[in-house]
Amino acid sequence: MIEYLLCLILFSVGLYCILIKRNLIKIIIGLGIMEYAVNLFFILLGYRSGGQFPILSKDVFAQFIRPDKSGNYIFVDPIPQALILTAIVIGLAVTCLLVAIALRIYEKYGSYDIEDLNKLKG
Amino acid sequence: MLLMPLFVAIPLLGAFLNSLLGKISNRISDFIGNLVPAILVVLSFFSLFTLKSLNFTPIVYKMGGWVPPFGICFVLDGFSILMLITINIIALTATIFSIPYMEKYTDKWKYYTLFLLMLTAMNGAVLTGDMFNLFVWLEIGAISSYALVAFGTEQEELEASFKYAIMSSSASLFILIGIAFLYSYTSTLNMADIGKILLEKPNSTLVGFVSVLFLLGFGLKSALVPFHSWLPDAHPSAPAPISAMLSGVLIKSLGIYALVRVFFNILGVTNTLLNIFVILGIISMVFGGLLALYQKDLKRLLAYSTISQVGYIIFSFGLGTSFGIFAGLFHLINHAVAKALLFLNSGSLVYSTGERDLEKLGGLKEKMQVTAATSLLGSMSVSGVPPLGGFWSKLLIIISALNAKHFLGATIAILMSIITLAYYLKLQKMTFFGILRQQWLNLKEAPILMCISMIFLAGLCLFLGLILLPGVKDVFLEPATKAIENGVEYSRIIFENIP
Repeated sequence: MIEYLLCLILFSVGLYCILIKRNLIKIIIGLGIMEYAVNLFFILLGYRSGGQFPILSKDVFAQFIRPDKSGNYIFVDPIPQALILTAIVIGLAVTCLLVAIALRIYEKYGSYDIEDLNKLKG
Repeated sequence: MLLMPLFVAIPLLGAFLNSLLGKISNRISDFIGNLVPAILVVLSFFSLFTLKSLNFTPIVYKMGGWVPPFGICFVLDGFSILMLITINIIALTATIFSIPYMEKYTDKWKYYTLFLLMLTAMNGAVLTGDMFNLFVWLEIGAISSYALVAFGTEQEELEASFKYAIMSSSASLFILIGIAFLYSYTSTLNMADIGKILLEKPNSTLVGFVSVLFLLGFGLKSALVPFHSWLPDAHPSAPAPISAMLSGVLIKSLGIYALVRVFFNILGVTNTLLNIFVILGIISMVFGGLLALYQKDLKRLLAYSTISQVGYIIFSFGLGTSFGIFAGLFHLINHAVAKALLFLNSGSLVYSTGERDLEKLGGLKEKMQVTAATSLLGSMSVSGVPPLGGFWSKLLIIISALNAKHFLGATIAILMSIITLAYYLKLQKMTFFGILRQQWLNLKEAPILMCISMIFLAGLCLFLGLILLPGVKDVFLEPATKAIENGVEYSRIIFENIP
């Protein structure tokens, strides 16, 4: 349970960063923190304590997979891991684009402060 | 049906080829960029006829032979095909418009590459039958649209793009958390399977929480009012054909389509949720409309008008009756066509005059006859003047609100349609009527290709009312309405139709 709460705290830190900070780079970092919180949460959903990797081919099974003390086989869920791999790549693309835009904004405005970005009225 | 993956594969291949060959000459990228949407329009009509011959039972395509609920599947039903046709037709007109319009920008091939990626994402999002896959398409569409909004790389564009990117990415994260919660409960990502499991063991706490997350995420993507503030910046800053795509179809396929599909077909709608839809719809209608009245910038006015019209659509879906859903879908198509047309008109004005400020324009009617005439048709269609398409859809929305005993909503809808007419008359008066200024005396009409796409869309505006005729209605709107109306029956129907 405590892990999930920590995820929530991490997520809130990111959200706080986006809402309060005035520096463009800090906002981008805030978005990154939010992404990591969500990714961590999703990964934790698939984790079982004492779980092993779920490869069911005969050789691997005989060689590596061991039952726990009560004789059960516990596996982690592989699907969240595959999904989060995709989500990380998407996050990378978004961060790259945002940093590129922030650099261009610095070239045009000479500042990373969002208070100085005042061409639009919202 | 084997055609379905082509809706994703062809634009993806087009984008790839464009990034390889487009550098050589602008003509090559023009050719690829226009050929792809043209093929897709033909394919989507072909799919429509295939679907019609099957009496509109959904077609399920298994990606790589994995039988659902394992693996990703594509689902083509009445609602998807309606969206597909709308998306691809608007995309074709936008690319034809881009041939002359984008000449003044550098790196045309990059523009077409991003455009085709956006098209891929929209086609994928309306076809997919998998929750996580929907998220991936949302993100691909969103990322390419961030880049397209910033395409001019001037101060305004960059600022708008940054704002849009931050807000939209946070929205995507909320959607991802929602998917995580759904996955933790149902252990599956297939939409139909999630629906089935939620029917077998209902859990109202989880569904309530996930609904809030999805409402936040998809609501922001479709610019409903508390989450709208990115739209009036982002849509006007993009190049005109992209504004037309964003306002015309992107917020509808990635926002409204996903919202309706997830809530009506998977989670199942409750009365509370429908009331939230109605309230959000009414707020958007009023806010967007009133703010549009005060705009001095041509494209900002159109952007606020988009918020208001999206409010109409969501309001109509929120009524929950089959008539309301029908009217909402009809308004969705009408608005897509008319708003795309109006943004293209604004593009043609900017092309000829370089000016977006309403107060500096005026009297352009004689100098730019095609633009003036088509813009008049588009404006009147959105504001609901008979016999244009927009009139019929607004009439249907108001009638369905009255049928559902929602008198307050119906009254507000009527009042807001008067205000809509007011700001479109203001737009017409300040751009095309009145006295011609000295500086515009040597103005020329936009190039022929731009005129062709505007005339085509204006024709659609004029004749979209005909879609209500009995024979045509049964092909376009009725199956889509039925697909939404089936509600959580969706999962059963999908599982019955897996080949």
